Amino acid sequence: MELVILFSPLLGAILSGFGHHLYGEKIAIYSATGLLFLAAILSWIIFFTFDGKTQITQIFTFIASDTFVSNWSIRLDRLTSVMLVVVTTVSALVHLYSVGYMHGDPQWKEHESYKPRFFAYLSFFSFAMLALVTSNNLIQLFFGWEGVGVASYLLIGFYYRKPSANAAAIKAFIVNRVGDFGMALGIFALFTLTGSVILDDIFTQAESLSQRTIPFLWMEVNAAELAGILLFVGAAGKSAQLFLHTWLPDAMEGPTPVSALIHAATMVTAGVFLVCRMSPLYEFAPVSLAVITIIGAITAIFAASVGLVQNDIKRVIAYSTCSQLGYMFAAAGVGVYQAAMFHLFTHAFFKALLFLGAGSVIHAMHHEQDMRNYGGLRSKVPITFWTMMIGTLAITGFGIPLTHYGFAGFLSKDAIVESTFAAASETGLFAFILLLLAAAMTSFYSWRLIFMTFFGPRKGDADTHAHAHESPWSMLVPLVVLALGSVFAGMIWYPEFFGYQVNEFFGPSVFIGSENHVLHDAHYVPGWVKASPFIAMVIGFGLSWLFYIKSPDIPGALARSQRPLYLFLLNKWYFDELYEAALVKPAKWLGTFLWKKGDGMTIDGVLHLVAKRSIPALTQLAVRLQSGYLFHYALMIVLGMGCILIYVALFGGN
Amino acid sequence: MNNLLTVITFTPLIAALITMFFIRGEEAATARNIKFLALVATGATFVISLFLILGFEPSADGFQFVEEYTWLFGLQYKMGVDGISVLFIVLTTFLMPITVLACWKVEHRIKEFMVSFLVLETFMIGVFCSLDLVLFYFFFEAGLIPMFLIIGIWGGERKLYATFKFFLYTLLGSILMLIAMVYMWVDAGTTDIEVLLTHEFSYLPLSLLGWDIVGGIQSLLWLAFFSSFAVKLPMWPFHTWLPDAHVEAPTGGSVILAAILLKMGGYGFLRFSLPMFPVASEVFSDFVIWLSVIAIIYTSLVAMMQEDIKKLIAYSSVAHMGFVTIGIFSFTHQGLEGAIFQMLSHGLISGALFLCVGVVYDQIHTRKIADYGGLVIRMPVYALGFMFFTLANVGLPGTSGFVGEFLTLAGIFQVNTWAAFFAATGVILSAAYALWVFRRVVLGDLVKASLASVVDLSSREKLVFAPLIIMTLLLGVYPSLVTDITGPAVMELKNHVLASLPN
Repeated sequence: MELVILFSPLLGAILSGFGHHLYGEKIAIYSATGLLFLAAILSWIIFFTFDGKTQITQIFTFIASDTFVSNWSIRLDRLTSVMLVVVTTVSALVHLYSVGYMHGDPQWKEHESYKPRFFAYLSFFSFAMLALVTSNNLIQLFFGWEGVGVASYLLIGFYYRKPSANAAAIKAFIVNRVGDFGMALGIFALFTLTGSVILDDIFTQAESLSQRTIPFLWMEVNAAELAGILLFVGAAGKSAQLFLHTWLPDAMEGPTPVSALIHAATMVTAGVFLVCRMSPLYEFAPVSLAVITIIGAITAIFAASVGLVQNDIKRVIAYSTCSQLGYMFAAAGVGVYQAAMFHLFTHAFFKALLFLGAGSVIHAMHHEQDMRNYGGLRSKVPITFWTMMIGTLAITGFGIPLTHYGFAGFLSKDAIVESTFAAASETGLFAFILLLLAAAMTSFYSWRLIFMTFFGPRKGDADTHAHAHESPWSMLVPLVVLALGSVFAGMIWYPEFFGYQVNEFFGPSVFIGSENHVLHDAHYVPGWVKASPFIAMVIGFGLSWLFYIKSPDIPGALARSQRPLYLFLLNKWYFDELYEAALVKPAKWLGTFLWKKGDGMTIDGVLHLVAKRSIPALTQLAVRLQSGYLFHYALMIVLGMGCILIYVALFGGN
Repeated sequence: MNNLLTVITFTPLIAALITMFFIRGEEAATARNIKFLALVATGATFVISLFLILGFEPSADGFQFVEEYTWLFGLQYKMGVDGISVLFIVLTTFLMPITVLACWKVEHRIKEFMVSFLVLETFMIGVFCSLDLVLFYFFFEAGLIPMFLIIGIWGGERKLYATFKFFLYTLLGSILMLIAMVYMWVDAGTTDIEVLLTHEFSYLPLSLLGWDIVGGIQSLLWLAFFSSFAVKLPMWPFHTWLPDAHVEAPTGGSVILAAILLKMGGYGFLRFSLPMFPVASEVFSDFVIWLSVIAIIYTSLVAMMQEDIKKLIAYSSVAHMGFVTIGIFSFTHQGLEGAIFQMLSHGLISGALFLCVGVVYDQIHTRKIADYGGLVIRMPVYALGFMFFTLANVGLPGTSGFVGEFLTLAGIFQVNTWAAFFAATGVILSAAYALWVFRRVVLGDLVKASLASVVDLSSREKLVFAPLIIMTLLLGVYPSLVTDITGPAVMELKNHVLASLPN
C-alpha cells in the first residue's frame, strides 16, 4: 500500500507529461488527478489503521560506498502517516482545482498545450515530497528535498515567457540551495560521526554524540549541536525562515494552485518535518533548539509585520505562511514537536484553503491580484467568500477560550503559544511574547484581506467587476472540503496531537528526552496565558475593522505620518536590496574580475610570455597544418604506430 | 577470449585504416559509406566492450583480461583492467557511436574527420588498459595528435590559437612525465605497471640545489606526473587552455575532450600518483585539495559571467573536476569512489551539454548566449533535454551528477572540514550559473528574428540524446551499477596507500 501511494504520483507525472500526445490532454490530466486521489484515499486508510509500530519497506539499493549505505525504502511511522495524509490530500484537491483553474489560461496562446505539463509537474512534486517524508535515511530524504525544490523551480517558472517568473524560479532554487548546502554538511557531519546515514543508526548514537566534540572549521564543537545547527540551515531554507525567506514571496509568480500546494501546505513544511523527524538528535542539542525557537519566533513576527501592508492578495498569504512556519519552529524548538506537527497538519487545511480561495477570487477578477482593486465581492462569489471566511477564522484562531472548541487554528496555535510559555526558559518567554504579537498581526492582516476583498465599495476596473463570476465546481469542491477540515481538524484530532492520547499517538516516531516535560506543563499554564492568543486575535480584528470598515481613511493617513516605517515594512525590511548589494553584485564583479584579470591577464599573460619565442616556428607549423600536408604526415605516423602495435598484439608474443 | 582488450582497442583503428585506404568512389556515396562504417565500427566496439563488463569479476584482486607479449628492444606489450579502469573503457566505447551520430552533418573532409575520431578512440581506450609505462605514454601522448587535428582543421575562427595553447600546456607536462618514467624504469628495472605498483620508490628526504625535499624522489616523480595530469584534467591554474579549446573545437571534438580526454588526468592520479608515490601524495594532498577548492569557487564564478555557452560549460567542467581531485586526495573510500563516479557521470553530462549546444549551433551558427532566448517556444523537446542535463550538471539527486559530488564531499569532510565547507559552496554557485544560462538561452519569449525558424530535435538527434538520458538517470537512481565494480578496487587502492605511509 505504501508503494502504491509513493509511486502513483510518479506514474501520474509520466502519464500526463509524456503520454498526452497519445491519448489527449483530458485523459492525461484526469489520470494524474485520479492517481493522486487514489494515493490520498490509501493514505487516509493508513492514517486510521496505523498501529504505531515503525515499519520499513526496502525497495533497492541507492548509494552504497563502503559504510556509506542507503536504500530506496519507505519508513512508515506516525510522523510519516501524518505527512502522507497532508501531502496527498492537499495535492489531490489541488489537482482537482487546477482542472478548473488552468482551463483557458490567458498566459498561453490558442494552440499551445500547457496543461499536461502543469499536471506532470504537480504530480512529480507530490512524488518527490512523498519520497522525502517516507525516507528512512538522510540520502533519500535529500533526494526528496532537492526533488521538491526542482518541482518548485519548474512551477514557479511555469509561465516561462514572463521574465519575473523566471527570475523568481531561479531565486527560489538558489536560496534553497544555500539551505541545502548547510544540510549537506550536516549529513556529512553525521556520517563522519556515526559512520552511517540511516536514521535509526544515527538516533541510537545521538546521546553519545552530545558528549563528543568534532573539529569544524576553526572550532571544536559539540557534535550533536553541529549536526543540529547544520540540518536546521537546510530546514530554514526550505521553510523560508528568516535570512533564507526571500524566495517565498517571489514564488507567488507561479500559478495559484502551486502556491497552495507547494508554498503553503506541503513543501515549505518540510523543514518543520525534518526537525521533528530528527527529534532524537535535537533532544540532545539544546543550543540548536534554542536557535530554532529564536529564529522561528522572529520569523513569525517579521513576516506578520510585512504582511500588514502588502497589497497583492497572494503576497499577504505568502507572508502569512512564512509567519505560521515560524510558529511551528518555535514549538519544535521548545521541544514540543507534537504541537509543531499539529499546527503543520491544521495549517495545511486552512492555508491551502486561503490560497485556493484567493485563486478563485483572482480567477473571478480576470487575474487581477491587487486588493486595492477589489471590494464588495461577497455577493459575486458567495461560496468563495464563505469558505475564505472559514479559513480566516481558522488562521486567526477563533474559538471559545479555555475550552477545546474552536476552528482548527485555534487549537493548534494556542497549543504552540502555551508550549512556549510552559518551556519556562528565556528563549521560551521571548518566543511567547513575539508569538502573541504576531497573533494580533495575523488577525489584522487576515481580516484586512477579507475586508478589502469582499466588503466595502467596488474599486478598480468596473468592467472586471461586472464580469466577476463564481468559479466552476471543480474549484469549489476543494474549497468546501478544505473548509470542513479548517473547521473540524483541530477539534477532532486535538486529543491525539496535543491532548491525553498524544504519547500513544506519536509512539516512537517522536523522541522526548527524559527531562523534557514542556508538553505536560503546557496544559497547566495559567488561564491568562491560555486566553491571551484569543485576546490578541480580538485586538487584531478590532483594529482591522476600524481601519478598513469603520474609517477607511486611517490606513492612508497612518502610512503618510509614519512613512519610513511604512516603507520599511512595504519593502520587506530591505532584505532583497541587502542581498543584492552584499552578495549578488560582488559575486558578479568577482566573476568578471577573475575571468579578465585572473585567467586573462595573469595566467594567460605568463603563458603568452613563454610562448612568444616559439611563435615563429609555430606559425610555420600552422601554415603546413592548414595546407593539409602536415595532416597527412601526422596521420601516417599515427597510423603506422598503430599498425606496429597491432602486429605486436597479434604476433609479438610468439 | 584472451585478447579481448586488444580487440576492443584496435577495432576502431582497423576501421580507420579501411576508411583511409579502401573507401573510394563518388563523393556522396563515399561520405555516406564512411559515416556508416564509423558508426558500425564504434557501435561494434561498444558491443564487444560489454563482454568486458560481463566477464569482469569485481571481487578478484589485481588485473583481469591481462595480455602480455614482448616487443621490440625488450619492451613489452601488456594490457589489463581493474575496477578503476574498466568503466572508463566502457564510457569511451559508449560515447563514440553517439558522437559519430552527432557529427552526421559534418561535410568538410569527412574522411579525415572520421579517421581522426576512430584513431582517437583506439588511443583513448589504450590509455585505460595499458599496463606498461611505454605503452601508456605512447597512447597518452599520441591521443593528442588526432585531437589537435580535430580542433585545428574543423575548429572555429581562432582554432590555431586554441591548438597552440593546448599544445604548449601539454608539452611541458609530457616532457617531465617522460623523464620521470625513464627514472622509474631505471630504478625499478621494469616498465611493467603491475610490478611498479608494488615497487617502493624512495621517499627519504633529499637535498637538491640547497632545497630540502620532503618525500625525496617520490616527490619529484609525483610532481613530474602531476605536471602532466593537472594540465590534462585540468586543475586550476593550468586550465586556461580548456575554454579556448572547447570554444574552437567542433561539437564532436568538444564532446570527446570533455567526456574522456579530461578523465585521463584523474585516471592518471589513481593509476600512478597515489599507488606508486603514496608518501608524496600525502605530502602534496593539502596542496591539491586547496587547488581544487580554488578551482571550484573560482571557475564557478567565472562561468557565471561567460557570454559564450561553450566557454561556460568548459569552466563548469573545471569546477566539476575540482570535486574529482578533492575526492582522490581525501584518501577516503567515499572520496576515491566518488571521484571515479564523478568522472564517469561528468562524461555523460558534459558530453550531452556540448551536444545540446551543437544542436542549436548547427542551426544558428553562434555560441553567444545573448543571441539566444525563448528556444522553448519552438523547441520544446530540446528544452526538456537541455533542462534535464542542466539539472544533472548542478548535481540534482536522482541523476548521476549528484552521486559523485555528494560522495567526494562526504569524503573530504572526514579529513578537512574547511575544504568541505568551501567546496560545498560549489553546489550553490553551479545552480546559479547553470540555471541562469538555461534561462537566457531557452526560456523567455522568442523574439529574435534569427531564431524564428529554428526547428526542434530531429529523430537522429533524439537518438543521440536518448542513451545519455537513460544512463544519467540509471546511474543516478541505481549507482551500484558503478560502485559494485569500483568498490573492491577502491578499497584495495585505499588500503595500499594507507599501508604505504610511514607512521
